Amino acid sequence: MSDYPLPVSQVIDPSTSASERVTFLEKLHGWVVTVDHKRLGILYILYSTFFLLVAGAEAVMIRIQLAYPHNHVLSAQVFNRFFTMHGTTMVFLVGMPFLFGFANYIVPLQIGARDMAFPRLNAFSFWMTAFGGFLLYYSFLGGAGLYGVGNAPDVGWFAYAPLTARSFSPGHATDYWALALIVSGFGTLGTAINIIATIISMRCKGMTLMRMPLFTWLLLIVSMLTLVTITPLTAAQFMLLIDRYLGGHFFDTQAGGSSLIWIHFFWIFGHPEVYVLVIPAFAIANEIIPVFCRKAIFGYPAMVAASVCIMFVSLSVWAHHMFTVGMTSVSNAFFTLSTMLVGVPTGIKIFNWIATLWGGRIRFTTPMLFCIGFLFQFLIAGLTGIMLSVSPWDWQLHNSYFVIAHFHYVLVGAVVFCIFAGIYYWYPKATGRLMSETLGKWHFWLFAIGFHITFDTMHFLGLLGMPRSIYTYQPDRGWNFLNLVVSVGGLIQGIAVLIFAYNFIVSYWRGEVAGDDPWDAWTLEWTTSSPPPVYNFEEEPEVHSRRPLWDLKHPGDPDWEYES
Amino acid sequence: MQTRHAQCLIRRSSASAWLLLTSPMLIAQGTTPSTLAPASTPAHQIFDLSVFVVAITGGIFLVVGGLLAVVLFRFRARKTDPLGEPAQIYGSTQIELAWTVIPVLIVVVLFLTTARIIFAIQDAQKPKTALDVTVIGHQFWWEFRYPKYGVVTANELHIPVSSDAAPAATFLKLTSADVNHSFWIPQLAGKTDLIANHANTMWMDPQKPGLYLGQCAQFCGSQHAMMLLSVYVDTPEQFDTWIKNQQQPAQQDPAVVAGRKVFEGQACMNCHTVSGTAATGRFGPDLSHLMSRATLASGAMDNTPANLRQWIKSPDTFKRGALMPAMQLNDEQLDQVTAYLETLK
Repeated sequence: MSDYPLPVSQVIDPSTSASERVTFLEKLHGWVVTVDHKRLGILYILYSTFFLLVAGAEAVMIRIQLAYPHNHVLSAQVFNRFFTMHGTTMVFLVGMPFLFGFANYIVPLQIGARDMAFPRLNAFSFWMTAFGGFLLYYSFLGGAGLYGVGNAPDVGWFAYAPLTARSFSPGHATDYWALALIVSGFGTLGTAINIIATIISMRCKGMTLMRMPLFTWLLLIVSMLTLVTITPLTAAQFMLLIDRYLGGHFFDTQAGGSSLIWIHFFWIFGHPEVYVLVIPAFAIANEIIPVFCRKAIFGYPAMVAASVCIMFVSLSVWAHHMFTVGMTSVSNAFFTLSTMLVGVPTGIKIFNWIATLWGGRIRFTTPMLFCIGFLFQFLIAGLTGIMLSVSPWDWQLHNSYFVIAHFHYVLVGAVVFCIFAGIYYWYPKATGRLMSETLGKWHFWLFAIGFHITFDTMHFLGLLGMPRSIYTYQPDRGWNFLNLVVSVGGLIQGIAVLIFAYNFIVSYWRGEVAGDDPWDAWTLEWTTSSPPPVYNFEEEPEVHSRRPLWDLKHPGDPDWEYES
Repeated sequence: MQTRHAQCLIRRSSASAWLLLTSPMLIAQGTTPSTLAPASTPAHQIFDLSVFVVAITGGIFLVVGGLLAVVLFRFRARKTDPLGEPAQIYGSTQIELAWTVIPVLIVVVLFLTTARIIFAIQDAQKPKTALDVTVIGHQFWWEFRYPKYGVVTANELHIPVSSDAAPAATFLKLTSADVNHSFWIPQLAGKTDLIANHANTMWMDPQKPGLYLGQCAQFCGSQHAMMLLSVYVDTPEQFDTWIKNQQQPAQQDPAVVAGRKVFEGQACMNCHTVSGTAATGRFGPDLSHLMSRATLASGAMDNTPANLRQWIKSPDTFKRGALMPAMQLNDEQLDQVTAYLETLK
C-alpha cells in the first residue's frame, strides 16, 4: 500500500472529488458500507445523540408525572416502561456508544495510525450496537404478548429476577430487552477488542506506552474493563432467556432458583460498567483541561497508575449495590472497605487536575466550562459515593432518591458533561467548523443550573424517605414541593439540550471555519487537516514526547527534556 | 492547646454537619418518613454515623472545592498576561505522595467507625423477650404473621413501644411470596429486602408510640408505588388490646348473611381468609379483622364503606395492575358484600 502516492482517497471518499456529482443515495451508501474509523465514529456519535434526545424526552415525561402527587399524566404501566427505557437507553445506547464514538474517531488520530486495527470488525460492531438499540425500541411496537401486558420493558433497568420470569412478565417486552442487550453487547465486545488491538499495535514511531496521550491510555483501560464486564451481563441474559423459554431454573425461586444469582451477575457487570462510562469522561477531561489552562498534565504517571488502580478496584466493589439483600456483616464490612478505597485513586485524579490548573492561564471556552462543571460535580459525586459506601447508612439510602441523585451526579454531572465538552472540543476536527460559542455558553449555563436544581434537590428527597421507581406518591409525605422543584430543573435541562441540538446541527453549515488546530492544542489529531483525509496523515508521524505539537511549537523548549 | 482546638473544630463541624443534614426537615411534615428523625435504636445509630460521615466529607468538600474555586479565579487568563505559555510543571513526587497518604488515612478512620456500627446493628443479640413477626411480601401488599399469638394481618403492622424500663424489641423475619420487595420504615431502621427462598432478618425497638410510614423500596411491578406500609407503635396496653381483638375469630353477624353468601359463593374466598369460616385463601390479605385497619389495598385509599365498595367493584379505579380481579358483581351483591365486610371488626 505504501508504494502508492495515496490516490486512494479520491476513490473511497467521494465527497472530496468535485468533478463527479454524487447522488444522495450514493452518499448514503457510502456511509452504510464505510469501514473508515472517522465515519464510524461520527455514526456512533449521531446514533447516541439521537438516543440522548429520546431518553431525555422520557426523563421529561417522568418528571412531568412526578411534579405533583397523584398526578395522572402517565399511567403506572407507562411510567414503569419509561423509567426502564430511560435507564437502559442512557447506559447502553447513549453512554457507551458515545465513548466508542470518541474512541473510534480520536484514538487512531492520536496515535498516528491510519485506521483501527480491524476496520471491518469496527463496522460490524457499530451495526450490531445500532441493531440492538433499534431492537430495544421496536419493543414499543412488537413487545405486546398477552392482552393488556406491557409493550415495552417495564422491569427496571436492572431487571431483578424473578420479576422477569414469565409468570410475572408475560408477553415479549422482557425478551426484547434481553435480546437487545445481548446483540449490542456483542457490538461492544467487538469494539473493545478493536480498541485494545489498535492501541497495542498501531502506535506511530516513537510513541511508547508512557508517551501516549492520557485519552488513549484511559480508553485502553476502559476497553479492557469492558471485556471483563459485558461478559457476565451477556451470560446472565442467556440464563434469563433459558429460564423463560427452555424451562431453566436459574432465577426461578418457585423451583429452587435464586434471585441473588441474578443480582450478583447483574452488579458484577453493573458496577464496573459505571467506570466503563466514567473513565472515558476522565479521558476527555485529561485532554481538555491541560489545553485550556495551557499547562502539561500534572503527574502523568500517577494519572495512569490511578486509572489502572481504579480498573482493578472497581472489579471488587459490586456488592455495595447489595447491602440490603441480607449479606453477612463481614461481607458488608468488606464491600464497605473496598468501595471506600476507590476514593483514593479518584482523589489523586482530582488533586492532579487541580494541580494542573494551578499556575495556568485558564481560558473559559465552552469545552473548558463543561470540564470545570465536571470537576465540581465529580467531587460531590465522589463524596456522596463515600456516604453510600457506609453500609449502615446505605440501608437507609439504598433505592431512595439519594441514590438517584448520586448516580445522576456521576452519569450526568460527570459523564454527560464530559461528553458535551468532548463534542465542543472535537467538533471542529470532525467537521472543519467550530460550534457557536454563544449558544454553547447558553447551553452550559442553562444545563448546569437545571442540573443542580434537579439533582441537588433529589438528595434531600432521598433523606426524607422517597423511594425510587414510584410512579406517584402520597401528598402527606412532605415531598410535594421538592418534587416540583426537581421537575422544573428537568425542564430547564431539556431546553438546554435543545439549544445544544440546534447548535450541533446548524454549526455544520454556518459555524466559523476552524482550521487544523483551533484550540492551539498538543496532540497528534491537531496536526492533520479538519476534517482529516481518509488516510489521516500524509506521512507517518514520529513523536518524541507526550505532546508532539508542543515540541513543534516550542523547538527551543521541547517536552522530552523534562519527561521522566 | 492544639488538641482542645482540634476537639472544638470537630464539635463545630459535626454541629454544622448536623444542621446541613436536618435542614430539609424544615419542610418535612409530621407524616414524613424521614431518615433524619430517627425513633429507634438502629435508626439512631445510623443517623449518628451519618452526621460523622457528613462532617468528614463536608470538610473534604470545603477544602477541595474551595481550592478549586480559588484556582479558577486566581489563574484565569487575563489580558495583561505576558506573551507565551505559563511555566510547565510535570509533577512532584512529594506532593503526590502526600495526597495519596491523606485519603488513605481518612478511609481507615471512616471504615473503622462504619464497621463498628455494622456489627452493632447486624449482629445484635436477640433478647428473649423480643416479639417475632414474619413479614411476607406480595405483589403489592404485606402479610404480617405473629407466630406466638397466632395472628395474621396485612399492611398495617402493630408492634409495642420499647422503653428503658420495659425494653421490647421486634425482630422481623422477611421473605417473599413472589418477586423481591424491600421493607423500609426510615424512622425505625434501614431497609431490608424480602426475597423468596432467602429469609432475612431485621429489628427495631421504637421509643415513641405513634404511626410510622414507609413503603416498598424495591421495584416489584406495576403497583410498586402503591405498596405502602404503616407501622403502629402501640403502648403495651394498646398492643395487648389489639392482639386480643385479632385473636378473636371473625364476627358472624346474622344481619349480613346475604353478603357472606356472596363472599363465599364467588371466588373471593379462594384468595382471602376470614377466620372461622370456609374462606381460607392466602393469595390476598386476611380479612378477618378488616375493619381494624385504617386503609385498604396496602394504603392506596382510606378504609371507608364507599371506597371499599368501589374497590370490590373495580380495583382498577385505585390501583390498576393490582392482582385482585373485578368480580362483575351487580349493585345488590356489591352492597351486600360491602355490608358483610363492614362487620369484620
